[in-house]
Amino acid sequence: MIQAIAFYIFAIVVLVSGAMTIASRNPVHSVLWLILAFFNAAGLMVLVGAEFIAMLLVIVYVGAVAVLFLFVVMMLEIDFAQLRAGFVRYFGIGLVLAVALVAEILIAVGAWSAGGVDLARRGAPVDPTIPNIQAIGNLLYTRYLFVFEGAGLVLLVAMIGAIVLTHRQRQGVRPQNIAAQIARRPQDATRNMRPEIGQGVQL
Amino acid sequence: MTAFFNTTLGLPHGWAWFLATLIGILVIALPLMLAVAMIIYADRKIWAAMALRRGPNVVGPFGLMQSFADGLKVFLQETIVPAAANRGLFLLAPIITFTVALIVWAVVPFDIGVVLADINVGLLYVLAASSLGVYGIILAGWSSNSKYPFFSAIRAAAQMVSYEVAIGFILISIVMWAGSFNLTSIVEAQRGVLNTPINGFFLNPLLFPMAVMFFISSLAETQRAPFDLTEAESELVAGYQTEYSSMSFALYWLGEYANVILMCTLNATLFWGGYLPPIDWAPLYYVPGIIWLFAKILFFFFCFSWVKATVPRYRYDQLMRLGWKVFLPVSLFWVFLVSGVLMLYRVGI
Repeated sequence: MIQAIAFYIFAIVVLVSGAMTIASRNPVHSVLWLILAFFNAAGLMVLVGAEFIAMLLVIVYVGAVAVLFLFVVMMLEIDFAQLRAGFVRYFGIGLVLAVALVAEILIAVGAWSAGGVDLARRGAPVDPTIPNIQAIGNLLYTRYLFVFEGAGLVLLVAMIGAIVLTHRQRQGVRPQNIAAQIARRPQDATRNMRPEIGQGVQL
Repeated sequence: MTAFFNTTLGLPHGWAWFLATLIGILVIALPLMLAVAMIIYADRKIWAAMALRRGPNVVGPFGLMQSFADGLKVFLQETIVPAAANRGLFLLAPIITFTVALIVWAVVPFDIGVVLADINVGLLYVLAASSLGVYGIILAGWSSNSKYPFFSAIRAAAQMVSYEVAIGFILISIVMWAGSFNLTSIVEAQRGVLNTPINGFFLNPLLFPMAVMFFISSLAETQRAPFDLTEAESELVAGYQTEYSSMSFALYWLGEYANVILMCTLNATLFWGGYLPPIDWAPLYYVPGIIWLFAKILFFFFCFSWVKATVPRYRYDQLMRLGWKVFLPVSLFWVFLVSGVLMLYRVGI
């Protein structure tokens, strides 16, 4: 009973916020609706017993990716007239994409109702008594070790690529030398002088 | 309590669970509000004592009612929404901050078995909820449509995201040593660390540096001094709260202190034995675990106030350097070190 109520609440909020992501005029509002959608999708995953994936979804997508999105979008200068201007120009492409997606959904639903792919035999059988994290860990670090490490390597390459593309050596910059700053003591910079009258100080 | 509603009152299991959880939430949240009011008073008294002042001393005996008087004052003020502000988000932002500060308490164990939600991804839940805290601040800065709050929001977002990375790695070392993400199991793993009669991971020489770094990171995560650049009054007026007044301001105030208490609780729970007495000695177990936990929370809160009263504010580049160039590499290295040591002693090469 309570699961059903929770499911319908989460599902309706995901659908509504997904629609609002597309429909809202203001990009910042779009990102916020998207965050709400992520959040409720995490709720759906908790309902099916995948609490580890749910937490990862919140930590990675809501906590990091969406913050970066919001960061970029907040900086935009929003010109609503310009946003609406491209409607006619992109209408054709949008229509083609929409038709393709609807066709895919129809095919998928057709295949599913025709029996579908038997996932139970392909997936690795998991003991239901051990917790989620342990089950995923057992698989990731044994059977899928090389795939997992390969994925990590791809991410590393992407990271290095991003750094190489954006990093530029600037001339004429004097970066701080933190060690030198910390090592500096008062007696290196100041002297206590007691000059005679009319003599002044030799700097 | 679910069993009580289920059998004694004859409710179906779902509703019994719902009622029991609701009561549990109220039992945690209402005293927390009171604790926040008193801890604001304690904070002001501690700073006053360190500055040789008397602090709040007029309202009630020893000024104890000062926070309630302040609360009543902001409650009676008019809520002002700036004309150019994004009205909905402007009012939503403080609610997010406040709610996020409350939801993490669901997984905090107050004694063995005394926890609202004993989930096995407890620590991940804490990380997830604390990563949401940044939204309250970003939204406040953006929706105010004003320069200083916006700068403050950008600073806050960068600061919180950077220190969360280090906190994540620090927590991984703890999780590896305890062998679980569940907070109760982590506390139980701290019973008699390294075959000594002392409870708490801080005794472990490998984890003690992590305890220190976690304390400093929690200062940065809650934007307390010396990392309170988001509210640097000499540069940014009041930071992201500049345009807020009345109850929405009070919600930030409450949320901020609820976050501070939460971070003190995490320090106590993860490194200093949580609800366990400091020494694994039978007579100490007659004192209820919740009292030990509160004593540790109050100790860490005193440290937070102490730091705020004595340490000057960091410069922004120093803050970023500490986060990315010191804490991140050290905590990452520590993950390797801890896993190596565990491999050596628990599994064997």
